[in-house]
Amino acid sequence: MAPDPDSSATVWIRARAGAWQALAAEVASAPQRSRATPEDALRTLQSYRTLARSLANARQLLPGSFLTTALADACATLHVAIGQPPRFGRARLLTLFRDDIPAAAASVRATTLWIAALLGASALAGWWLVSTYPALVSLIASDRMIDGVEHGHLWTDQLFSIAPPELLSARIFSNNVVVTLGAFCSGILFGLGTFYMISFNGLMLGGLFAFTHQHGLAHGLLRFILAHGPVELSVICLAGAAGTALGESLMRPQLATRSESLRRRGTELGPLLIACALLLLGSGLIEGFISPNPRFSVPFRLAVGLGYWTLMLLFLGGKLIPRPKAAGG
Amino acid sequence: MAEEELIVRGLTGVDMSLRIAGPGTRSFAFLIDWQIRLLAALGLILVASLLRLLPGISRSVTQPVWIAALVLAPLIYFLYHPVLEVVMHGHTPGKRKAGARIVTVEGTIPTVGSLLIRNVFRLIDCLPGFYMVGLGCCLFSDRRVRLGDMVAGTVLVLEEPGASKALGRLGEAMQRSALPLEALRLIQDLLDRWRDLEHAQRTRLARDLLARLEPGFDLTRETLSEDALRVRLEALLGARS
Repeated sequence: MAPDPDSSATVWIRARAGAWQALAAEVASAPQRSRATPEDALRTLQSYRTLARSLANARQLLPGSFLTTALADACATLHVAIGQPPRFGRARLLTLFRDDIPAAAASVRATTLWIAALLGASALAGWWLVSTYPALVSLIASDRMIDGVEHGHLWTDQLFSIAPPELLSARIFSNNVVVTLGAFCSGILFGLGTFYMISFNGLMLGGLFAFTHQHGLAHGLLRFILAHGPVELSVICLAGAAGTALGESLMRPQLATRSESLRRRGTELGPLLIACALLLLGSGLIEGFISPNPRFSVPFRLAVGLGYWTLMLLFLGGKLIPRPKAAGG
Repeated sequence: MAEEELIVRGLTGVDMSLRIAGPGTRSFAFLIDWQIRLLAALGLILVASLLRLLPGISRSVTQPVWIAALVLAPLIYFLYHPVLEVVMHGHTPGKRKAGARIVTVEGTIPTVGSLLIRNVFRLIDCLPGFYMVGLGCCLFSDRRVRLGDMVAGTVLVLEEPGASKALGRLGEAMQRSALPLEALRLIQDLLDRWRDLEHAQRTRLARDLLARLEPGFDLTRETLSEDALRVRLEALLGARS
């Protein structure tokens, strides 16, 4: 004869009720801890194991009951608390800058070169278009900019006098961040959004150079972008490459499903966006303080531009922070 | 069909479920957060503006404050979500108020990278205005997530704030009371909702329960006050034996 499930369940519940009551305090306190000692962590793990065991039994003995729900909720609460990532301290920061960012940059190195080629080709196309059909410049420049250039003034000439450099840097930084993040995020449209953004930016760049060249101001524009341009354009290419990689993960998923593939790639490329934001911060400061200031000479601007670009290459290549030497033997 | 629960594999192999928050909870949390960051940003600009208007304060003092306010206000507005979600481990004040938190699809707290990716995609989710893309994704995706969550592998779930309380009270009741589990659940439910129920309702429910569970309780003869009924129910739970 089969045992009475109600009575076996009751015996089991009464045997464990005291333990559950005691564990309730741990369930309440574990998620609130911002720092756990090894003893705390072990106690939480032990509580989790006990509750998970009880939950498995409760599902067998009393499926759908109040007790099963209470145990499941408590168990889920501890599960989330246990899965808390380590604090974002110095060690994690070091790993991010020394390992994660260079690894993410290396994973899109070839794509970055392709995106740079696309940007260059679009710039050439923009130059040719505006040189051949000058009226097209109205598509990429405002009437005020066109009017100024036609009267022999670059729009960048007045930047230094109309806004304080701090404010100018902040505004430039936020604009660049939006463009960069836009180039990355639009990669979710199977990479097409990124291609559009990169091509459009290339067309604008080439078109504006052609337009200023027609009025003998191209060297002034070049002088303006010399200090901040190399890194700014590289970062846009880098973000474009990351967006393309995101699109590729949807087109050619490496994992079982497209959503898993997208998730994996998104998480891998996360550190690269942090790098892009930091590099753009420096770029924005240069563009706010150095680029519009007529006191700085061309050689100085060139030195700043190349110096900052070299620093970026070292940073993305993982050469800026030395790795600890491997133990011998 | 949207899933109601996120089933995650526990560390010991026992599956557990987390209730997925719907678009309503998301919108509620977002509105609270939006108000906080908007007020903070505008408040900063307002203070800096007032300082400029005050007589007797030189421009050399007010100008840097004004510039700082103009730089900081957008930073507060745009970095509110990513910074607070990282610092508060998947919470923001709005999410806390709505009883929700961000977890990974494995049911753990997301890493900094995941939280940043999730927030970067607000650029797309907020298009063309009023978070239309994000809301549309929320309505039609399996786990009611927006694009940012899809890429970052995160889900917004509802928290169970009473999990420890329910377990503790149940454990206590099971130790002290001889009543069957379902009877204890009924009493517990009634006591939990005591203040929310109307006087007549709670009295009637308490009397019905006592008539079924307490030997000798005569529904027609007993005329106990509301407080006395509550005490009798608590005694049945074993809390006041």
